[in-house]
Amino acid sequence: MSLDPVVLFFLLGVFARLLKSDLRLPEAMYESLSIYLLLAIGLKGGVELSKHPIGPLLPQVGGVVLLGLMLPLIAYPVLRGLGRLPKPDAASIAAHYGSVSMVTFAVATAFLVDRGVAHEEYMPLFVVLLEVPGIMVGILIAKLGAGGGVRWGALAHEVFLGRSIVLLTGGLAIGWISGPEALAPQSKLFFDLFKAVLALFMLEMGLVAAGRIRELRRTGAFLLAFGTIVPCVFAVIGVVTGRAIGLSPGGAMLLGTLAASASYIAAPAAMRIAVPEANPSLSLAAALGVTFPFNIVFGIPMYHRIATALVPPAT
Amino acid sequence: MQTHALKLVVVITEAALETLLVKDILALGAHGYTVADVRGGGRRGVREGTWEADRNIRLEVICHDTVADAIAEHVLQRYALNYSTTVFVSDIGVLRPEKF
Repeated sequence: MSLDPVVLFFLLGVFARLLKSDLRLPEAMYESLSIYLLLAIGLKGGVELSKHPIGPLLPQVGGVVLLGLMLPLIAYPVLRGLGRLPKPDAASIAAHYGSVSMVTFAVATAFLVDRGVAHEEYMPLFVVLLEVPGIMVGILIAKLGAGGGVRWGALAHEVFLGRSIVLLTGGLAIGWISGPEALAPQSKLFFDLFKAVLALFMLEMGLVAAGRIRELRRTGAFLLAFGTIVPCVFAVIGVVTGRAIGLSPGGAMLLGTLAASASYIAAPAAMRIAVPEANPSLSLAAALGVTFPFNIVFGIPMYHRIATALVPPAT
Repeated sequence: MQTHALKLVVVITEAALETLLVKDILALGAHGYTVADVRGGGRRGVREGTWEADRNIRLEVICHDTVADAIAEHVLQRYALNYSTTVFVSDIGVLRPEKF
């Protein structure tokens, strides 16, 4: 198995952290890189959207939102039944797995581009669509039957105006309004440099993710199993959904990867406010310590094979 | 130089609470506040501030003792059970009491 350079950057971060190196990327750099990545992904998707009529995409949009609503409903009973987790923790983890990881999506896209596999380039639209429903369902599960109110106003603000949604949606809108010609002068920064910036960001993600691995010792084997098996199952569900809504094998692979990924930015922030009694170290250990590295190193190539096997190539 | 006795309330907690906390303390009678990003560790583990969900803040409020009591009590009651929270109040002397 040959590893992509972005994966190697990630592993460098993991090893540096596990070996207790003093390597730390400045916080401002993490912020800047993530702003760049979110905008660049949004712009790319927006430019592609501007080439498509929106009407025919609507059934796909519906299918993707349904997928986002369904995933936490599958995860929750597993967490409660097999994991024997308390309700708030199970609901919170289900929300993390219902939502998505933008960086995992970026690495999967780079994987396809490197191999020359065609895919629907407006997929960033689906990242936005998948980010919110899972979180909302998780919160509803946690609050069903439980007393105590939720500050829905503050929460809606947190979820819909969180940085990642604003930048992704903003990038999509700018790309869609501007179109490819108007954005051409900026394409060197936003499109050509994308992979190098992603590689740098993956170094930081390696450091952050490895910081969570140590916590797994305390959280136990269940989360380790959950964080590796559930993504594989979700990937199949995502790929099958992709096939059902008429995506190419490449597009279905990306939808499978999105379904398999777990949020570690939008979901933790929202769940912390909405379900304070849930222990954040459990969901973060699973989403960031297990599922993120698993997807990056093993998942993405595997989901590609699954999509190739299950989805007929576009004719 | 003459100083005037007031209280300094310091709340060290998770960054996710910043907007809620600021709203709460202003409603409780504080006239101003200062927030800093910080990192540290304690009973609930280490928070290194390396990415969004791992950040802590240190919120400082200078106010009269009645407001200080109200803030401390509110923070303990509302947030301390579920969030990593440290609250303390100290006596300080300010130079321009009309500011607070």
